[in-house]
Formats: sequence, C-alpha cells, structure tokens
Amino acid sequence: MCDQTFVAVTFGPCDSCSKASPLMNIYIKNEPINYCSFCVEMMACQGLQKGETLASLKRECDNLKKKLEEERGKLNDVELHQVAEKTEVLGALSVKTRRVLKGHGNKVLCMDWCKDRRRLVSSSQDGKVIVWDAFTLNKEHGITLPCTWVMACAYAPSGCAVACGGLDNKCSVVPLSLDKTENLAAKKKSVAMHTNYVSGCTFTNSDMQLLTCSGDGTCALWDVESGQLLQSFHGHTADVLSLDLAPSETGNTFVSGGCDKKANVWDMRSGQNIQSFESHESDINCVKYYPSGDAFASASDDATCRFYDLRADREVAVYQKDSIIFGASTVDFSLSGRLLFAGYNDYTINAWDVLKGTRVSVLFGHENRISRVRVSPDGTALCSASWDNTLRIWA
Amino acid sequence: MKEWNIKCVNSFSMEKVIVAMQDPDMGMKMRNQRLLITVIPHAMTGRDVIDWLIQKYNICEEEALHVGGMLVRYGYIYPLKEPRSLVLRADETPYRFQTPYFWTSTRWPASELDYAIYLAKKNIRKQGELMEYEKERYSLLHKRINHTWDFVVMQAREQLRASKQRRKADRIVLECQEQAYWLINRPPVRSLTLHYSAVLYHTIESCRRALGRNRVKSSICLEGFVKFSEQYQNHDPIMQGCLPSNPWISDDTAHWTMNSEIVPVPTRLRVERWSFSFMELLNDPIGRREFMTYLEKEFSAENLCFWQACEDIRHGESSKIIQKVEDVYKNFLAPGAARWVNIDSKTMDKTLEGIKHPHRFVMDDAQLHIYFLMKKDSYPRYLKSDLYKNMLAKAIVPQETKKSVFPFMRRQRHSSPSPAQAVTQVTEEDGRAMGAGKAGTNSAAGSHV
Repeated sequence: MCDQTFVAVTFGPCDSCSKASPLMNIYIKNEPINYCSFCVEMMACQGLQKGETLASLKRECDNLKKKLEEERGKLNDVELHQVAEKTEVLGALSVKTRRVLKGHGNKVLCMDWCKDRRRLVSSSQDGKVIVWDAFTLNKEHGITLPCTWVMACAYAPSGCAVACGGLDNKCSVVPLSLDKTENLAAKKKSVAMHTNYVSGCTFTNSDMQLLTCSGDGTCALWDVESGQLLQSFHGHTADVLSLDLAPSETGNTFVSGGCDKKANVWDMRSGQNIQSFESHESDINCVKYYPSGDAFASASDDATCRFYDLRADREVAVYQKDSIIFGASTVDFSLSGRLLFAGYNDYTINAWDVLKGTRVSVLFGHENRISRVRVSPDGTALCSASWDNTLRIWA
Repeated sequence: MKEWNIKCVNSFSMEKVIVAMQDPDMGMKMRNQRLLITVIPHAMTGRDVIDWLIQKYNICEEEALHVGGMLVRYGYIYPLKEPRSLVLRADETPYRFQTPYFWTSTRWPASELDYAIYLAKKNIRKQGELMEYEKERYSLLHKRINHTWDFVVMQAREQLRASKQRRKADRIVLECQEQAYWLINRPPVRSLTLHYSAVLYHTIESCRRALGRNRVKSSICLEGFVKFSEQYQNHDPIMQGCLPSNPWISDDTAHWTMNSEIVPVPTRLRVERWSFSFMELLNDPIGRREFMTYLEKEFSAENLCFWQACEDIRHGESSKIIQKVEDVYKNFLAPGAARWVNIDSKTMDKTLEGIKHPHRFVMDDAQLHIYFLMKKDSYPRYLKSDLYKNMLAKAIVPQETKKSVFPFMRRQRHSSPSPAQAVTQVTEEDGRAMGAGKAGTNSAAGSHV
C-alpha cells in the first residue's frame, strides 16, 4: 500500500560505470537514466577549475598521500618494539574484579570517573544516568532522560555536575544536588545541539566548556553558561565516534576518531585540523591520549588497537592477535602509559604492553560486549561498562 | 554516513515494522486525507499508528509513542499538515508512509548536488517559496559548487517538466515525500556534508600542510615513551601496587586520605612527581603553593599569579571575560602596574592590541611566554632549592598494610562527602552544616574521609 505511483530504481548497476551502488535518477536530454552518485558528480563537474576534472583531482590527491607516506617513512629509523627490547618483560597482571555495579536496567553505554577517584557517572540505553560512589556501591544520583541510547556522559571537573547526551542530538549538563526530593532532570540544561546523535562528550579544564562529537560528522566546543557554539571542527567525512582532550602543557588540542577510519588532531582555538592518521581498516570507535600527550591510541572494528606518535607523525604500533577477531570498542592507558586496556565485542578486556606490543593479560567477567573502559584518575583501578547492564571495577 | 542504525537503532528492524504496517491483511487501515482541495490517498492518523503498534507488539502507549516517534524522526513516516514538525501526535494528525526510494538506508549519501537540485526546483516552481535557511544554503551552494551550476539548473528543469506529466495528486504526493526527505537530511539547524570534489580539495590541502610539518626522528620519539613509562612505573598502582594499600583491594581508604588535595605532609612519591615535569608541579595544589612560596622569595611571584589569572580567563565563564581581561591588564600589564610581568615587547604590543577586543584567548601569547620563562628558569632552580629538598626529606613513605589476618572479615567501606555538597543549599533547620563542605567550585573535588 506504499506509493508505487512511480517506479524508481534505487540500487543496481550504474548506467555509466556499471558498478552496483545506490543510484540517482537523473535526466539527460529528456531521458531518465540511473547513475551512481560518483558518476553524476563526474558529469556535473565538467567545468571544475581550469582543466581539472574530478579524475585529475583524485590523481593529485593520491600522489600527495603517497608522498606524505614517503616523507613519514624517511625518519622511521627504528621500531617501537626494538627500542623496547631493553625493558623488562611484564608478568601477568594480578587484576581481579573488586566491585560489580548493578542497577542499570539496560546496556551501559558510557562511564566517566569523578576527580575524587571513587565516584563515577554511567549512562545506559534506557535513558538512565546514574552517579555512583563506586567504593561503597552507593547510587547517589539518578537522572532519567527523555531519550534512549545515552551514548555519552562526562563528570564535570568540580564534581558538581554531569553532562550527558545521545540519540536526542543534544548534550545536556545536569547540576548534581544532594536534595533527595529534587528531580535532577528538571534542572537539566541543553548545551550542545547537533544534527545527529551525540557520540562523545568531555568537559575541558573547567565546568564552563564542553567538547562534543557527533554522528553529524563534526565536533564542537560549547560555552556551558550560554549554550553558545564557540568553535566547530569539520573534516571528518562520516560519523565521529570518540574524542579525547590532550594532557599537554598548552592544553589546546584534542583528537577525534570516526567511521571514516580517520583519527584527526585539532587545534581548539582555530578549529583547524592539525594532523590526520588513516591506517585502520574499519571504523575507529575510541581514541585516547598517552599520558605524556605525545601519542594516542585507537580502538577499531578491525579488531586492532593502534598507537600513533604525534611528533614522528605516524603509526608506531599495532596491537593485534589472530585469536582476536571481534572489534575493539574502547581503550585507556594505565597511569604510566605502559599498559593499554582495550575492551572488545567478544566480552573481554585485553591488557597490552604498549612498548613491546604483546598482550599481558585477558580479563574475563562481563557477559556482553564492553562499551567503555576507563582507568581511575589516580590509576588505582580500571572501570569497565558493558552491554550486560553492569559496570565492573578491576584492581 | 555510517549506519549507526546498524550499531544500535537498526534500520532493518525499523523497516520491518514499516513493512508490517503496510501488510494488506494485518497492516494499518488507510484512508484518504484531504489536504486543502486535493485528496491524498493512503494516509493514516497518528492515533491509528499508535493503536496499531500497541496491538501488534503488545506494548503500552508510552512505548508506542516512542517507537512511532522514531519512525517519524528517521523519515519512514512523515506528517502531512506540518511537515517541519517531526513528531508523532496521538490524534487526528495525518501521516503517510515514505516511499522506499527516499528511505535513508537506500538513498545514501544525500549529496550536495542532490540538495542543490531540490532547492533549485523549489525556487523555479514558485518564487519566494524557499525558507530563510534554505535561501542561505542555496546561495552557499551556488558559491561552493558553482562549477556544476549549469547541471543543477538543467536537472531541476527536467525533473519539473517530467513531474508536470503526472496526475496532480501524484505530483503533490511526490512533493510531500521529497520535502519530508530533505527535512530529515538537511534539517534547518546547520549541518555539513561534503561531496567528492570538496573532500578531495580538503584532503589535498591537509596533505600539503602535513608535508610542510617538522617531524622528529623515530628513535628520539620512541625513546621518549620508554623513559616516560620507566619514570612513572613506581607511580602506577595497577603495575606496582600503592602504599599503604590499594583501597579497592583492601577496602581501606588510607591511600586516598594521605593523598588528598591538601594534606599537612604529602607523600614522597607525590613530591617526587613534581620533579618529572613543570606541568606535574603546577597541577598539584600543594606543589603550586610551594612553588609560589619559592617565587615569592625570588621576587617573581607575579609570574605565577599572572599565569593563574590567564588560566582563569581561558577556562572561565564567557560573561566574565571582559572584566577579567581588564583586571589582568590593570594588575600585570599596564605601565606601573603593581605586579608587572616582564614580557618581550613584540608579545606585549600584540597583547595590548588584542585587549581592545577582548576574547577568551587574548592572553594566550603572553601566558605562554611567562609559562616558558618559569619552566626554563625558576622551575629548575626550585628543584635544586632547599625548599624542595626539605619537602622531599620530610615527605611520608607509608607503611605497607599487611594483609588481614582474617581474610574473611571485610572492612567496612566508609562513604565520603560528595563534591556536589559544595553547592547544595545548607538548611539551617537543625543548625548544623552538612559535612565539611569544601569551598571553591573550580578546584578539583577532593573529598575523603
């Protein structure tokens, strides 16, 4: 009973290049034809720029990329695991589950530690955001949001508020009140507005600014007080799934990763894309800085985690194993940066020796995929959030 | 565009619902709707949709509203009367199914060319029919993809001509469907997608920039990681444990108490960390305080005060920027200022110029200058000073807590005052303040028993 008032081909072989793809129905000289979007643009760009065609642009782009790889390779005089040969081999970790936080009624999608090293905030698919004292297992605050899939949550540096957002395309800040009778959701303040889901958020060095990333392909910096957009970051060509603030002295950059397989480093002041890395074979689900700020790690659907050196401007390690075939969704470093904890879709957490590139331990316990791992601010524990509705504290 | 649908919302399950709704036997009852003077076939009311969902999936009204709302938001059903209001109303409001041609999952990606053709059609069909934000985008597109404009206009004319050959009802239906599609894919709030030539230009530009950057030899960088991890290894509780014990393992919060924000005597590991980098020293409130004391002895405390004031501007409320910049100028930069800081003339001139139009980052250059001054000069001398050496000498080295003799007895886990307490209104009813609420909302929370 759906409209078939006109039949239009939506998918199939392109009339121009014969590749099977989604088709656009256009008219050439009164005749309807079906071209794939690339061919349509090829045709439309007849007068590109003084003799340029889309094909010649693409050629120039590929050449430049190759040249860039060559330049990067020139300074590549040693590999990380070679330099790490002199460091001692790590024994297996004696890390165990010390707490299980039960209370969410659905998949836990995100969590963030409070600076006080024991509290944390978590958000889940059913729209609930919970603030816990993880040490005592007390639930201190509960916020119910009108939207489902709260994919992003963050604790404010002061400990007095949390930010959360997701499928509502917004990121809101909720001040935490100790008055038990108060409905926290009523005090919720919308700060960020995107045109697609919000996948990640973090406060910058104070409660006053919020950095978000979204399925609309952009990241944005917001003023919490006024809700004003301070800066937006364009460059990703698909959904942005994760971001992390650099712990650098000058505190002006952050890294983002997305479905275009790229990890981009941005200047917060100018909005410019400073560096870009494209070596993963699938979506990048998470990015996290090395504690010194000179590198970052990424987790991807291609079942690998990678380590990128910002000063050498290249990927310097790949953490993978034949036996690991499920995508990695999240990563975080231990305090010294020697260990990299990565959560996977096969319900496990793997601990990698960052320098040697070997796996040190596997942490079992969750009963569904891991959505987030975060080491506590003083490095005493690791928290993992999972689609099995629980969070675990490991130490 | 990544199908986040596949990751969580699952367009396939939404489409299954839509197909079930249109099943000739078990699907929804359709009727004709009047839209002005034209009759639109195959329409249904919001109430119909809700009722059908409740009945078919055995769910409550609230959940049906939610599911139905998603179908509207993702464009599988669109409202006839108020096309811009993408909500499902549980009343007589009429809706229609979107044709699969326009489903988000099939019609992908929604390119700029597509959008330009759509806007051109609207513009040609009836002058002034474009909304304000559409007019803006139309002229923006005209600039950005100017080289394709002949093609855009040609296509728009062709498509309009072809649609004229349809029946009026069909034409109106098509216009509704197309409009609904673009309201989802190019909502009035700003969004940005790039099409191929723009992506290529962008990549070319960033490659050129990357080629011009300075790179550091791998051996130097990688050695840096090894050194960093070695230096911090003793401070990494997961790797080396922590003293007196890891609170998560022993249930004893002594470690946190000893390492609170402000303590009378800090631990040795903590004081050692101040020597790892200038940032470590500044990030620790006790370290910063000690450094300030040192600078006061050297008569250069204004540097740290200036740096702190600049941090406050950079990270504080937008509304207070102008006032704060003025204060900083008065106290630190103006000729004859009480705490004048020594900045090179070039940076000073640039900063003074910037102050005329104050913004969040106007002090950045000056702040950086003073930061590096302290880092290169005062900081190394502080580390060699008696002040620091004494601090290190009297720092605490906690005793390791032996494992409990009775491993089955678990310590009681004490709670701690929440950092949020600082802002809770204190009720004076019983005349007692609630806990030892920490003042100062900007500092990191440090609440420990």
